Amino acid sequence: MCIGCRLCEKGCAEHHKLPYNDAIASEEKLSAHKLTAITTHGDKFMRRLCMNCLEPTCVSVCPVGALQKSANGPVTYDASRCMGCRYCMFACPFQVPTYQWNSRLPVVKKCDMCADRVAAGLQTACAEICPTGATKFGERDDLIAEARQRVASNPSQYNQHIYGIQEVGGTSVLLLASAPVEQLGVRAGLPITPMPLLTWRALSEIPNIVTVCSVLLGGVWWLSHRREEVQAAERKEREEKS
Amino acid sequence: MTRFKSWPRPTFWQCIFFVIVAAGLYATYVRVMYGLGGATHLSDQFPWGIWIGFDILCGVGLAAGGFTLAATVHVFNIERYKPILRPAILTAFLGYLLVILALMYDLGRPYRVWHPLVMWNPHSVMFEVGWCVTLYTTVLALEFAPIVLERFHLVRALQVMRISLIPLVILGVILSTLHQSSLGSLYLIVPEKLYPLWYTSLLPVLFFVSALCAGLAMTIFESWHSSRAFGKQLELSLISSMGRLLAVLLSVYLTMRFLDLLHRGALPLLLRRRPETYLFLLEIALFTVPMFLLFRRKVYSSASALYGCAVMVLFAFIANRLNITVTGVEAGSGVSYFPKWTEIAVTLFIVALGFAIFRFAVEYLPIFEEVSLTRPGGRAIVSTSPAASTVPAD
Repeated sequence: MCIGCRLCEKGCAEHHKLPYNDAIASEEKLSAHKLTAITTHGDKFMRRLCMNCLEPTCVSVCPVGALQKSANGPVTYDASRCMGCRYCMFACPFQVPTYQWNSRLPVVKKCDMCADRVAAGLQTACAEICPTGATKFGERDDLIAEARQRVASNPSQYNQHIYGIQEVGGTSVLLLASAPVEQLGVRAGLPITPMPLLTWRALSEIPNIVTVCSVLLGGVWWLSHRREEVQAAERKEREEKS
Repeated sequence: MTRFKSWPRPTFWQCIFFVIVAAGLYATYVRVMYGLGGATHLSDQFPWGIWIGFDILCGVGLAAGGFTLAATVHVFNIERYKPILRPAILTAFLGYLLVILALMYDLGRPYRVWHPLVMWNPHSVMFEVGWCVTLYTTVLALEFAPIVLERFHLVRALQVMRISLIPLVILGVILSTLHQSSLGSLYLIVPEKLYPLWYTSLLPVLFFVSALCAGLAMTIFESWHSSRAFGKQLELSLISSMGRLLAVLLSVYLTMRFLDLLHRGALPLLLRRRPETYLFLLEIALFTVPMFLLFRRKVYSSASALYGCAVMVLFAFIANRLNITVTGVEAGSGVSYFPKWTEIAVTLFIVALGFAIFRFAVEYLPIFEEVSLTRPGGRAIVSTSPAASTVPAD
């Protein structure tokens, strides 16, 4: 349904107080001044934005808890906590967070699903401005139901896979397309398990490592020094006898 | 002009050092004034470069000799390694300080480096890394403190240090184990980016074992250099047994790598003609060759052959870390990355600082001497470590 008018980009820039002009419109990628981007693939368009995952990788990897998932969907970013390690950018499976590379005091930039608007009961700026209804805002369950119905009733127009129901444990943004998404610049083949589990499996072993290591090393120390003490005592005994 | 003639002529290495320092300082200026964008070739698709991959990951790994030897001498009570314990602890302490310095370059807002200590997120590997760096650097400072206290004859403080030594060493070993492995855990989160020859759920374990290898190799490396630079006698029997231990560790490590590839079904990837395949083979060759060499008597009984093997292991280790942090994630990130000159200049600057401070410390602190201190009066007052024989243990 997208006609590539880029009004969503404009609405997004206005709401987030970012500059927007023809030059920026022609950049077909996410950046610190472009939180959503329309990408052109022949006669098809795709829209890039933060997927606002249900179990977000960025939220789990942020060492200072600057990124948070809110109950009503948006994944938000608190710049006052961020120290700029950029682990969120490295870890995000969708390569969404971007950085103000040329700033001396940079912050991370990403689509926050218009958290302030959503909290006030409004829809996102991009959904409100979209003239064709290609971007639609609503409850996730309702949108999934509608997506399934559209795909089923129009199999020739839609690719059967609804992107975002299962990917990395589910996302708050769903993508419907007329072609497989990997042809439209979106990463396909992501695992259906939430990514944070991958590191949590290792992190949850820490208490075990600490306990086992301290007991083991303490024991080895006791043994190795005890042997010395015993030897010294025996030597003394022998000397006393002789 | 006559004044200049009286100055000592700088040696070749001093010239190199000053060129590196000058370039490093200018690169620092660029980093501060023009931000990460001006000083690096990083991008939104490739946010971590060689400052993370080399300065931090290799720096931490090469410091692993500190906790390995501290455990050997103090926990396992193998006294004969004591002469090389102090240089290893110095290397580790210095390594960690330089890693923190590198972090200051890499963080977008370095003045907030303390944030993870108060703003917790226990689900983040980076949070664990932050705590490990902080705590282990503190432990290393305390393990290093006796050397400085001795230099200035602070007897009372030395006695306090002696009591807390064993718990401190054990804490240090645990923190190091966690830190070395957590650097591998950092990469568990990117299965879609890291090339499958390297991505495995075993990354934390592999990082730990390879760090042990690097720590041993680094100890051999610096023993050899120190003995040459300061005319000290090289303890051949010591580094020879370390060489044999290194051979065993390397074979354990390589077996783990092989079994991991086998069980993940990743071996067929080796047939692909891709840069990753060649880089992987280079890395494995750099690990394998010294392993086979170190099992031979001719090699482990010759100081220069041991040194050669240690250097190869160090290169293998660096190749492994760079493959995981840079070359192995390029294809998955969809961009290519080559460091900007400023990134390389800062890296060389930090390495050069390390060499200079090491040399300075060895000259002015009792690093290689294992002496019992005497006051000017000549009365023996304290032994340098709990097990030295001049003073009976209390």
